[in-house]
Amino acid sequence: MSNSVGSRSKVNISLTVNGEPKTLSVYPMERLLDVLRLDLGLTGAKEGCGEGECGSCSVLMDGMLVNSCLVPVLQSAGSNIVTIEGLQAGETLHALQQAFLDCGGAQCGICTPGMILAASHLLSAIPEPTSEEIREGLAGNLCRCTGYSQIVEAVAEAARRRMTP
Amino acid sequence: MGAVCHTLSRICTPGRAANFEIRMNSARIVGKSVPRKEGRDKVTGKSHYVDDMVLPNMLFGATVRSQIPRGRIKKISFAAGINWDEFVIVSAKDIPGKNCISLIGDDQPCLANEIVSHPEEPILLLAHPDRHCLAKAVQAVEIEYEPWLAIFTIEESEHRSETVWGNDNVFKTYVIEKGDVDSIWAKADFIVEAEYTTGAQEQLYIENNGMIAAFDADKGITVWGSLQCPYYIHKALMALCNLPAEKVRVVQMETGGAFGGKEEYPSIIAAHAALLAIKSGRPVKLVYDRMEDMAATTKRHPSRTRHRTAVSKDGKILGGEIEFTIDGGAYLTLSPVVLSRGAIHAGGPYYWPSIRILAKAVATNAPPHGAFRGFGAPQSLFAMERHMDRIAQVVGLSPTEVRRRNFLQPGETTTTEQIVREQIDLKKLLDRALHISEYQEKKLRFTKENQHGNIRKGMGIAAFLHGAGFTGSGERYLSSVVGVEGCADGNVCVLVSSTEFGQGTKTILSQIAAEALGLPYESVCLAQADTMEVPNSGPTVASRTAMVVGKLVQSAALGIRQTLISSNLLRESYSLDEFRRACKQYVKEHGEFRSWSRYEPPTGVFWDDEKYRGEAYAAYAWAVYVAEVTIDLTTYSVSVDDFVALQEVGKVLHPLLAEGQVVGGVAQAIGFALYEKVVWQNGRMQNSQMTNYIMPTASDLPPIRVFFEELGNVYGAYGAKGIGELPMDGPAPAIVNAIEDALGVSFDSIPLLPEDIMDRLNANGMALASQENGGGGR
Repeated sequence: MSNSVGSRSKVNISLTVNGEPKTLSVYPMERLLDVLRLDLGLTGAKEGCGEGECGSCSVLMDGMLVNSCLVPVLQSAGSNIVTIEGLQAGETLHALQQAFLDCGGAQCGICTPGMILAASHLLSAIPEPTSEEIREGLAGNLCRCTGYSQIVEAVAEAARRRMTP
Repeated sequence: MGAVCHTLSRICTPGRAANFEIRMNSARIVGKSVPRKEGRDKVTGKSHYVDDMVLPNMLFGATVRSQIPRGRIKKISFAAGINWDEFVIVSAKDIPGKNCISLIGDDQPCLANEIVSHPEEPILLLAHPDRHCLAKAVQAVEIEYEPWLAIFTIEESEHRSETVWGNDNVFKTYVIEKGDVDSIWAKADFIVEAEYTTGAQEQLYIENNGMIAAFDADKGITVWGSLQCPYYIHKALMALCNLPAEKVRVVQMETGGAFGGKEEYPSIIAAHAALLAIKSGRPVKLVYDRMEDMAATTKRHPSRTRHRTAVSKDGKILGGEIEFTIDGGAYLTLSPVVLSRGAIHAGGPYYWPSIRILAKAVATNAPPHGAFRGFGAPQSLFAMERHMDRIAQVVGLSPTEVRRRNFLQPGETTTTEQIVREQIDLKKLLDRALHISEYQEKKLRFTKENQHGNIRKGMGIAAFLHGAGFTGSGERYLSSVVGVEGCADGNVCVLVSSTEFGQGTKTILSQIAAEALGLPYESVCLAQADTMEVPNSGPTVASRTAMVVGKLVQSAALGIRQTLISSNLLRESYSLDEFRRACKQYVKEHGEFRSWSRYEPPTGVFWDDEKYRGEAYAAYAWAVYVAEVTIDLTTYSVSVDDFVALQEVGKVLHPLLAEGQVVGGVAQAIGFALYEKVVWQNGRMQNSQMTNYIMPTASDLPPIRVFFEELGNVYGAYGAKGIGELPMDGPAPAIVNAIEDALGVSFDSIPLLPEDIMDRLNANGMALASQENGGGGR
């Protein structure tokens, strides 16, 4: 039976996910989001819209922020993927995760993994962003709970903490 | 509720709690921004939402829906090209019990049998092991209809060209009457009349609706899902599956936003998943994608409000009539309750010597409209607060002064003749909001600056109130029960069906229990909202959790403490270790250690369901909001540049969460006012995607500045009132009032999009003038 993942035959691809090399047998046009969630059990990336509007499925691909619902998995072959599960070092939370906790940046939590990865991408490009730059940088990630203020504060706070260790 | 009532079953009334309020130390937990209970799992991606859950042997479900708004199903056929033997197919015939979604009424079928009454109405259910096979199969189900004429607006419903519900298309009416309105018109210096409308709004939680169901002949049906009200689903499944209470189990998974949108519709999805699970004998996951969620599930009721107000020349309201009408869609669902709250809030925070409020919910052939934060009040308060600005204009007073002259004061009565007992000073609240926002200074400055260029700036205010808890006798009927358990490890667990969906239920109820017991916050947790484990503490709606459920948690927690003390296991003052030892000892000696508290209505509270008169709510939250806007006359876009939200919500239990509630509500209300337009065609939403239904992003919103007054409240836990819905009520009128201030043109309908502003300015010949002025001025 034909289906929405395109070709019937699977292919093998290799990629690095959260620092671990993986070889996977996948349909080429499967969404990276589904492979992460279903094949690798990394359910931190969420599907909110399936069309690249909400950013809940955001992951880092070779350091770039991508909507994993729009990436055919074949395109990720050979790349280095970081998901929310790969952000923290052991039990210690990443500075952004801690700041989101402290500043109220997470309410229902569904946008949070994508939002934190978008913020991490922003801080790698602009280490000390203004609040306008934060708002601009996170405009591709929708949050319906917070009205964004406490998210913006969390990102600013994480930046401050990183500057003053 | 399963086996929960054991050795200790005591009921504490809320009234008794205050006598027991003794704390171990002075470091209070209530009022502090303690860490969110489930926060760590949320920031690390470990939280489990329903779509993250996989059960062995699980099928995936899909829904075949009506393509027409109204008609009779003539024939259903299954097209060639699909191996239908691989699919589980469920129709209305497979329903073991009653084919309805049992809520207030029983008019809404779980699956349409012969008649369809709205687009997207569920007709058939499919399930398959490979979810990729479903979309094509849904397309391949061919349904032949005999189409009937349908109606889509309040006006069409009123004209009754077609009767689509009952005898008259009317779901419910209320009349609220105070004083002698009919005699007032002759005494009026001015009669101010206008009509205001608001559109449908999608809740747009970022997690789509979803459920997993599993069936076992012995255990019955279990559903796990994204939901607000476990016991609503429990009730619906009992009727649908013809099962006794103990054979229906509902478990809430982490829920990614709700806003009312997961109050009633999850009962339908749970019902569908359950039917597929019963027929297939396998677990079934039914998770909507965004388009299906937006097109098929509930939205905020579209509304029309007509005001006719008698006003004296000094700007005092003498009396008036308000007609408040909402479009309920095709079935009754929660429309009567939404209507009730909208009607009671329709008079705003003002004193009406006489008033008549005529409220009506009508049927159309749109998918049923439903619960959404504010629940009717944002609609009727939009009208009231726009109307106050209109009254100000007619009388020749400022918007602030006309409000000042009409504010409700302690001792006066509301429209339902409830005496205001809270010591609220709305004038003071207004003054403080004006001061913080620099309202007067900015208004003067903008008046000057607006003479030139293509930019217009304005200031707008809204004053409003929001009743906490269920309306009238609602809490009495709910009769909520809460449990607190002293566990074998010495920790404390709160047992409630109140759900967490971002607003902070787990955190604040833990704070309250910890405070009541004088224990650290960390030693208290909330049980998962699972109907096998927790009692029915009512639905998580109506801004009732902190105030009503919180008070019951406080009482039940005090029951634990009293029991340990009266058993001589604990002294009046104790350390954490002493408490733990005592708790462990009690469990060892008596087995399960649980204390229960059931809601009892406060004494001396009167409500007349027939006449809609009396104490509508145990407490109100009060607010004054100020919006500062800019309109660009080149693009007609409106930006909100500053927003001040000042409110009195009783004791603020958790400042960070409270601020988060207000900012989030204001943001959602800015969307309601300026961005979010549902485009309808024949009852079907045409823009059911995030690409074309636009909600505010981080870069669309101003910093929203939040301030609290704290009066306290005798009913709520530690003086709390409701907060969740309040911030949805005020921003839309404040913003539209600010737009009128900037442009000198009044708008009475939201959402107000740039094209609406452009059309009006063009019609008034203003757009051209501004361009002529603009060119040289910049």
